[in-house]
Amino acid sequence: MRLDFTAEDQSFREQVRSFLKERLPREIRDKVLNGIELARADYVLWQRRLHDRGWGATGWPVQFGGTGWSAVQQYIFEEESAKAGAPRMIPFGIKMVAPVIIAFGSAAQQQKFLPPISSGESWWCQGYSEPGAGSDLASLRTRAVREGDHYIVNGQKTWNTLGQYADWIFCLVRTDPQAKQQSGITFLLIDMKSPGISVRPIELLDGGHEVNEVWFENVRVPVENRVGEENRGWTYAKFLLGHERTNIAGIGGAKRELARLKRIAAEERKDGRPLGEDPLFAARIARIEIDLTALEITNLRVLSAESGSRAPGPEASILKIKGTEIQQAISELMMRAAGAYALPMRREAMEAGWQGPAYAATVMGAYLNQRKLSIFGGTNEIQKNIIAKMMGL
Amino acid sequence: MDFEFSDEQRQLGEAVAGFLDKEYSFERLRAIKRSGTGWDPQVWQGLADLGVLGINVPAAQGGLGFGPLETLTLMNACGPALLLEPVLSSAVIATVLLSEYASSAPAALLLGAMGRGERIAVLAHFEPDARFDVGSVAASARADGESYVLDGHKAVVLHAGLADTLLVSARTAGKTGEALGVTLFLVPRQTPGVRLDEYLTVDGQRAADVHLKGVKLPAGNRLGPAGNALPAIEAALDVGLAALCAEAVGIMQALLNATVEYLRTRQQFGQPIGRFQALQHRVADMVMHLEQARSMSYLATLRCDSADAAERRRALSAAKVLIGEAGRFVGQQAVQLHGGMGMTDELKVSHWFKRLTAIDIMFGDSDTHLQRYAALTRGEAA
Repeated sequence: MRLDFTAEDQSFREQVRSFLKERLPREIRDKVLNGIELARADYVLWQRRLHDRGWGATGWPVQFGGTGWSAVQQYIFEEESAKAGAPRMIPFGIKMVAPVIIAFGSAAQQQKFLPPISSGESWWCQGYSEPGAGSDLASLRTRAVREGDHYIVNGQKTWNTLGQYADWIFCLVRTDPQAKQQSGITFLLIDMKSPGISVRPIELLDGGHEVNEVWFENVRVPVENRVGEENRGWTYAKFLLGHERTNIAGIGGAKRELARLKRIAAEERKDGRPLGEDPLFAARIARIEIDLTALEITNLRVLSAESGSRAPGPEASILKIKGTEIQQAISELMMRAAGAYALPMRREAMEAGWQGPAYAATVMGAYLNQRKLSIFGGTNEIQKNIIAKMMGL
Repeated sequence: MDFEFSDEQRQLGEAVAGFLDKEYSFERLRAIKRSGTGWDPQVWQGLADLGVLGINVPAAQGGLGFGPLETLTLMNACGPALLLEPVLSSAVIATVLLSEYASSAPAALLLGAMGRGERIAVLAHFEPDARFDVGSVAASARADGESYVLDGHKAVVLHAGLADTLLVSARTAGKTGEALGVTLFLVPRQTPGVRLDEYLTVDGQRAADVHLKGVKLPAGNRLGPAGNALPAIEAALDVGLAALCAEAVGIMQALLNATVEYLRTRQQFGQPIGRFQALQHRVADMVMHLEQARSMSYLATLRCDSADAAERRRALSAAKVLIGEAGRFVGQQAVQLHGGMGMTDELKVSHWFKRLTAIDIMFGDSDTHLQRYAALTRGEAA
């Protein structure tokens, strides 16, 4: 047993670092490090640069343009990218729909859809949740009726992340309303430019536009855009949900934000001394850092067990719950560190000329926004159900 | 990066677990607890025969010369059995400390005998006012010709009454709290002027306050040069802290298993109570605490003998914070989920809970180590 990475992994880390240093644009890095929202073009530019380096699709098999990296190398890549201030990878194309297309799609679908995902030319979004189907996803009601070579899709999806930027959406639709809930579902790939699709923004508590409602009104989808078999979509959806585990805990991003919290605590003053030297506040930071240290090791244990041959246990759920709790705790403490300047509404205060320290302008929005973490991707309560089930309850 | 144990390490853990399964049933544990003696010499000899007591004894003294990883597998196995015998205090802490002085004849002799189970030594270091501060030593050792005369009071010395030899820290120079001036002495327990006020601790182990009054020792009982013992004492306690973390993880695993089993069998409202989501989520929380604790136990083990003192301190304090809290949570919830039965002496659950409670306090509770960790990392970039 040892904690240190192998010399090979260390030199890989150096390679990633020097790539980030050379190729990550300064404006993008500064935005990420200071919690400022990225534009679509920022994400696309960075995906393009990764693609040009051959790192556009890290988790895919080599024959589809993947890197062939080990789970540990992927972890290192994601950790270094996050710490350096690279945009987070928008997961819907690279990490969600692509593995499904690789595992269950036709050769024609693989040729058509995979290359533009890796190069950043096509932006994907997710059509899973519906107003009446959240944690209970299988109760979804969006209908698709076969008509010749097409499916006619009607219904409504919601909590669709960044769909306003998307070229394509992957959707779960009900094709057999008579069948038992999970067995009448089909997995469709739908062009967002199709007539009958409308995207309506949902304004969130932080004032941001991150998620949408997507409405389908007699949208015609060619049968060739169905992944796998009709009515087998639930199997593919479950595969997708269980697929991505290397970055589920978000260790790299949490380390970056913790460093930012420490910088803020060093600048804020309390009784004429840095807030970071206040024993109570220092203890709060320390407590989070200790949890993060433990989670990093837990994550590495999971990765190293995966390269072996152990049956999967409740690890993914543990990583999701603890990872999101830690990220939320950091954003909460950052907001509290900023003191009264966490309060001004950013847009209005910016117009009046921002009076407080620059870092304070984004902390409240980030705190509010991060509440989503314990809700999406399977709420943390659902994750606890899964852990209990794995324990035999 | 590798989280696998070697075959040898695994076999050691399995051998200890197998031995304790056979020789240290819950009934036996309760019988020893009721006897008030705090140990069973036959079990001790059995552990010696298994080679367990020699894992930290250098090969030159007839031991196995193993390190923290083997100690982890040993303590992981001892945890579920709630072994009362002085494995941690004698076979880990005192053995590691004496190994620093193995070049001196009395220490070497003692080490060999400890590995064979013939002798027991424990460290008598912490004092009533020290509150877990390793550097706070007020006991004095005055040179008097060819002798030393020791005076002082050592608090809650684990297994002092079972030991034939106490490893006593005392000042030959300097003031309380100073790093230099602390010297280590071999003190035979029967030496005139040594008085033990013995008692049972909450977990059924035995401990004592050790009073030293005009204890006269030959200069040959001094270990190493005068005034420089603190680093060796700290190092031995660090290995002990990692071992304690490993024991805690073994206990938490046992408590989780017992709780899950209980929830699957206990019927209320016509169904196993494990069907209730409120209880399921509590179990999920216990699982998360346990796995995070296991990770920190690995970190503590791999860093506890690191030459980089800052890195070592940081890792050990972080581990003690997390494991102290995890132990409190898992223990309290295990009692809660067992309902009234969790409150009884009849179930092992309450015994595991009490040991976890003791472990959180030993060598500094989670708050003490949180403050230490914060002081070590303050102003440091992440």
